[in-house]
Amino acid sequence: MRLDAANGRAHWNVTPPGAASRAPFAPSLLTFAKDFEMKTPLALALAGLSLATPVLAQDQVVNVYNWSDYIAEDTLDRFTEETGITVNYDVFDSNELVEAKLLAGNSGYDVVVPSGFFLERQIAAGLFQPLDKSALPNLENMDPEVMESTASHDPGNEYGVDYMWGTTGLGYNVAELTERLGEDAALDTWDLLFDPATVEKLADCGVTMLDAPAEAYAAALNYLGLDPNSETEEDLAAAEELLASVRPYIRYYHSSQYIDDLANGEICLAMGYSGDVFIAEAAAEEAGQGIEIAYTIPEEGALKWFDMFAIPADAPHPEAAHEFINFMLRADIAAANTNYVYYASGNEAALELIDEEVKSDPAIYPTPEVSENLFTLNAHTPQYDEMLTSSWTRVKLGQ
Amino acid sequence: MSQSETPLRTRWYTKLFGPGAASGRALVIFAPVAWLTVFFVVPLAVVFGISLAIKEFGRPPYSDLLTVGEGGTVQLTLHLSNYLRIITDPLYVTAYLSSIRIAAISTIVALLIGYPMAYFIARARDPWRNVLLMLVILPFWTSFLLRVYALSGFMRGNGVINGLLGIFGIEPIQMMQTDFAVYVGIVYTYLPFMVLPLFTTLVKLDVSLLEASADLGAKPWQTFWSITLPLSLPGIAAGSMLVFIPAIGEFVIPSLLGGPSTLMIGRVLWDEFFSNTNWPRASAVAVAMLLIVVVPIMLMQRAQDAVVEGRTR
Repeated sequence: MRLDAANGRAHWNVTPPGAASRAPFAPSLLTFAKDFEMKTPLALALAGLSLATPVLAQDQVVNVYNWSDYIAEDTLDRFTEETGITVNYDVFDSNELVEAKLLAGNSGYDVVVPSGFFLERQIAAGLFQPLDKSALPNLENMDPEVMESTASHDPGNEYGVDYMWGTTGLGYNVAELTERLGEDAALDTWDLLFDPATVEKLADCGVTMLDAPAEAYAAALNYLGLDPNSETEEDLAAAEELLASVRPYIRYYHSSQYIDDLANGEICLAMGYSGDVFIAEAAAEEAGQGIEIAYTIPEEGALKWFDMFAIPADAPHPEAAHEFINFMLRADIAAANTNYVYYASGNEAALELIDEEVKSDPAIYPTPEVSENLFTLNAHTPQYDEMLTSSWTRVKLGQ
Repeated sequence: MSQSETPLRTRWYTKLFGPGAASGRALVIFAPVAWLTVFFVVPLAVVFGISLAIKEFGRPPYSDLLTVGEGGTVQLTLHLSNYLRIITDPLYVTAYLSSIRIAAISTIVALLIGYPMAYFIARARDPWRNVLLMLVILPFWTSFLLRVYALSGFMRGNGVINGLLGIFGIEPIQMMQTDFAVYVGIVYTYLPFMVLPLFTTLVKLDVSLLEASADLGAKPWQTFWSITLPLSLPGIAAGSMLVFIPAIGEFVIPSLLGGPSTLMIGRVLWDEFFSNTNWPRASAVAVAMLLIVVVPIMLMQRAQDAVVEGRTR
């Protein structure tokens, strides 16, 4: 045995017996973590033993893994009614979680909905199967502009098709912010979150950030006037410094909790996904407690992302998956979903069926001027991602 | 059966299962041993194996330990970098220390609350005793997750407690996303594990000893201090272990109730695994946690055995 202290490796050279097993152990034995967000025990803790999934092809089931609060209430029932296929529907609130499940293998999912900038490297890692476009006639409904954008992550749109798109900006409680910052303070700026002097004034009413390193650093880099897609160490360090400087004023880092908390006045400022903030706004209005929530795409610009339907390479029911995606691409279904969750649809044919109120809201369908300030993210290399995530861990834990 | 085999076999059984272990017993013992092997030893070995790999983007997301080179040479590559990182990066050390601190404080609080409860239940009259015991166990009938989540309804800014304080004109107190909320959550969740072993030792306590003590003129607190407390030590030890050990690795409670600065190793593990997809590092963190928890327990067990043996002699 040879010990290499410099990079902490030990080598053991063993000459035959040539029994060379490739993967020494079943990876999914490790998926033991408490999976507390799952609604149905799909990827059971012991999925790796896969005793539970001798699923036959004619079983009319599709296992869908989508973002939380991201579908109209009756969509799944309508799908089952029309096709006879039962939907097992699970939700997540972070791209990282989806990726962890897909990398573990045997996730059991037939349709997942990662964002484009994650899809890109997941395709490269062989996690998805190409879409069978002949089984997706409703692809013709898609917005060519959106298709062009998503092709930057997935050349030719071979593996994914956009479900909805949106922005990552700021949601806030109008009354609390004006009370603390003054009547004529600008509320359409990242200063609210990234300027320590400003965010300090808001700390007592609750400020939260998404637990999404790629998006947090992109926003920070953009705020600093740097390229949000930069992968240099200096830029990363600058972004970390900025994020760490506001860390004392952040109540928590979480990617879905803020929806409820904004709506019932627990917090007053959240970095959040556009549609999620609108859901909070609607919920606050419904509760009638006089809480007014607003969403802003800050003038410095914001991330525009596309969430993509994709079929894992080891999906147990690929046919049902295609049927599900095709159903979701139908104009009336896409419109119903957008009308319900307030995210812009990647579906052009759906546009005329979308409520005027949604269509004309510049926070959902940004005006051309605002669109100019929006940026997109490319996939990070695994090497940079390693630096990014450990930097994020330091920021979050205040170390 | 030859004579030379017998002592060897006896020694093996005696070591594992104590004196008097016969082959008939082995049959009975086989099931639990097989169970532990399949669901404890093997997974642990898998975790340990992965902890010696490094992260790679792919499926599975870590490097192979065994690779076949030219001419059928099998190379075993073990990376110690994960363990080095755990020792050198202050994040992990701080997280371990902070987990131990939170678990220890929670255990002490649970003991202080649980002891009087157990004592009261043990002294209660018969029909009541069962009712009270039932009440201790009752919370287990609802989901643990749900109960922890419900606590946030009490401690939220506009929750029940702050609502009550508001009646008396007291400003709302920030309880959620603080360490305080985590302590409340852990003590609340694990209190039954403290009460039940305490109850079993206290209920077996010979009342005549207490009467003798009183007859001989000891004050109640003297009796408690020199008779009840020492005799309930095994219950205290068992209850404390049952609270302390799971509390160290607790993940759900700090993530639902704690704030970003509540640093616990369970959360670090979750982040490494699900956010960073770094299985090797997560595995190393888990192995290190096991060592940190197991070693003190073994020492304590040994000390306890010594006490018990000393007493019986």
